[in-house]
Amino acid sequence: MNFQLSEEHQQLREMIRDFALNEVAPTAAERDEEERFDREIWEKMAELGLTGIPWPEEYGGAGFDFLAYAIAVEELSRVCASTGVTLSAHTSLAGWPIYKFGNEEQKQKYLRPMAEGKKIGAYCLTEPGSGSDAGGMKTTAKLDGDEYVLNGSKIFITNGGVADTYVVFAVTDPDSKHKGTSAFIVESSFPGFGVGKKEKKMGIRSSPTTEIIFDNCRVPKENLLGGEGEGFIIAMKTLDGGRNGIAAQAVGIAQGALDAATVYAKERVQFGKPIVANQGVSFKLADMATTIEASRLLTYNAAWLESNNLPYGKESAMAKLMAGDTAMSVTTEAVQIFGGYGYTKEYPVERYMRDAKITQIYEGTQEIQRLVISRMLTK
Amino acid sequence: MHLAFTEEQMMMRDMVRQFAESEIAPFIDNMEQGVFPHDIMKKMGNLGLMGITVPSAYGGAGMDFTSYILAINELSKVSAVVGVILSVHTSVGTNPILYFGTEEQKKKYVPQLASGQYLGAFCLTEPEAGSDAGALKTKAIKQDDHYVLNGAKVFITNGGEADVYIVFASTNPNRGSRGISAFIVEKDTPGFIVGKDEKKMGLHGSRTVQLTFENMKVPAENLLGNENEGFKIAMANLNIGRIGISAQSLGIAEAALEAATNYATERMQFSKPIAVNQGVGFKLADMATAVEAAKLLVYRAANLQSLGLPCGKEASMAKLFASKTAVQVSTEAIQVFGGYGYTEDYPVERYFRDAKVTEIYEGTSEIQRIVISKNI
Repeated sequence: MNFQLSEEHQQLREMIRDFALNEVAPTAAERDEEERFDREIWEKMAELGLTGIPWPEEYGGAGFDFLAYAIAVEELSRVCASTGVTLSAHTSLAGWPIYKFGNEEQKQKYLRPMAEGKKIGAYCLTEPGSGSDAGGMKTTAKLDGDEYVLNGSKIFITNGGVADTYVVFAVTDPDSKHKGTSAFIVESSFPGFGVGKKEKKMGIRSSPTTEIIFDNCRVPKENLLGGEGEGFIIAMKTLDGGRNGIAAQAVGIAQGALDAATVYAKERVQFGKPIVANQGVSFKLADMATTIEASRLLTYNAAWLESNNLPYGKESAMAKLMAGDTAMSVTTEAVQIFGGYGYTKEYPVERYMRDAKITQIYEGTQEIQRLVISRMLTK
Repeated sequence: MHLAFTEEQMMMRDMVRQFAESEIAPFIDNMEQGVFPHDIMKKMGNLGLMGITVPSAYGGAGMDFTSYILAINELSKVSAVVGVILSVHTSVGTNPILYFGTEEQKKKYVPQLASGQYLGAFCLTEPEAGSDAGALKTKAIKQDDHYVLNGAKVFITNGGEADVYIVFASTNPNRGSRGISAFIVEKDTPGFIVGKDEKKMGLHGSRTVQLTFENMKVPAENLLGNENEGFKIAMANLNIGRIGISAQSLGIAEAALEAATNYATERMQFSKPIAVNQGVGFKLADMATAVEAAKLLVYRAANLQSLGLPCGKEASMAKLFASKTAVQVSTEAIQVFGGYGYTEDYPVERYFRDAKVTEIYEGTSEIQRIVISKNI
């Protein structure tokens, strides 16, 4: 047993921390305000090899593991949760299913350019009428000659509009519920692919979230991912790993808020002493730091298990559950420590608090995580 | 990073688990009646569990610190009492002699402690000196070839049962915590008086007593370390003690979670197991998540300690989080059991009573928060 990060992992963390501070943090508040996705940041991430961390070099990746990927999402989210989720959706939700279920041709054609950062990935599962109940989707795919014809609309699509490669779930056999779903790789250039309304959100505002519309969208047969009818399984397995990406994002947000609150509590003088000298403040910081550490260990544990091909479904659900709740409570307490200043945009903690909320909702709500965990406990 | 236990560690865990189930579980009722588990401790001595981390040169098993933590964890799943007896015996009963004793002292006491022939205890806390350990009033005055100790100690775990006590007393009252010295005191020393047994809400079967020293003569060669170095000795084992109690907390929490999960799966109401109700199932999910997080914090701290790396913050985080988890999870376990959980027919009320002290001893949760906040 050894909890120490390897030298490689530590170096990666330092490299990403540097990059995050120098290239991502300076514009984070402005991009949030303007709801602006910055492709230049993405290009720089690609140059550093961050866009394909866990994929083998033969597919254009960095040949690292899922722990390294979790560290990357964490460090990016520590300064900008939007940048963190851009990478998480690209890697966990779009890259992962292609890597796990794609054939060699699909991997070379789609995973490689994604890993190299030339293309951005997205994942289209949720629909207006099917959120947690993913089996209730209405988008259909009908085989017509050598192509599937997709019709329907997806919502809440992270990287929507900026992504080039979409992993899309659609019903191929309406008569059999879960087994009637299939997964497809859809290029944004395919005829009938459309980007709909862009959501206005309380947080992660520089990560675009849009509706995606399929209007007789024609997808070549060879872009079917896995077998016909395997879509639901692919979707659920993808979410297991995706949860860990969001857990890492949540840990990063919480750490960013703690960093800010700690510095402020040491500098802010009231009644002739720094406010951190009051246990009402310092004990808050201690509790924040402890739950962050617990969340981080859960996240790394799940990532380590996945990297070593061990079961990680329950562990990633636990990581997401605790990290999401921790991000919410820590950012709320950070605003409290900053007092009135924390409520203003002069300091980053209000952004962290707005960004934190989504980690309790997407990639399976906290309630879905509890359902997953309790079923595994009692089966 | 490699988050799996070694083969050796897993063997230790399995051996202790088996021992706890076959030897300790049947004795729980006796302990609840207040009977100290003498025979169990002797048997643990025979198995090498009373000196897990003690080098073989001094009669110990010479295993790593993580193995020791695994043992406390496993024992505490069945009995938090046996868990704390072992923790106190090792971390503050034996280690101070091992780390600060002269070769003679080590040879005289450590093999006996490591084999379980002797049980160890630690006497720091006084009525007026709890978290503020430097404020102790017990005095040691040197006379010729011995020290004369006078004073009173409270909340002494293993008190009255232990054979060897590490006692802290002031040798220079003007210097506060820098005037404290440590002594090795044997139970049968004249003037060593075992006072009142505390009646406690939990940990029945573990003795917690008051001790009084009345003109107790301790040979000068039983001074541990140098004169006035006692505070350093008292603090040196803090991390080890805290990680030990965090492992005890973890064991209690795991046991409560397991009991509640089994019950919720079996208990039928409205024609279905109560676990399928989200009001119960989600509770179990939250409990299991906290237990998993506590486990990682405990073994991370243990791992750092095993590697000889600094772990003050990490030990405090493990202690703070695991003890809170033990209290919360055991409280919720009673809730899952309903009325039955409130009775002594099921073990969850015992887990709940045992859990509370983990937020108090080896540094209260408030002390842990002080340590953590100073380190961030």
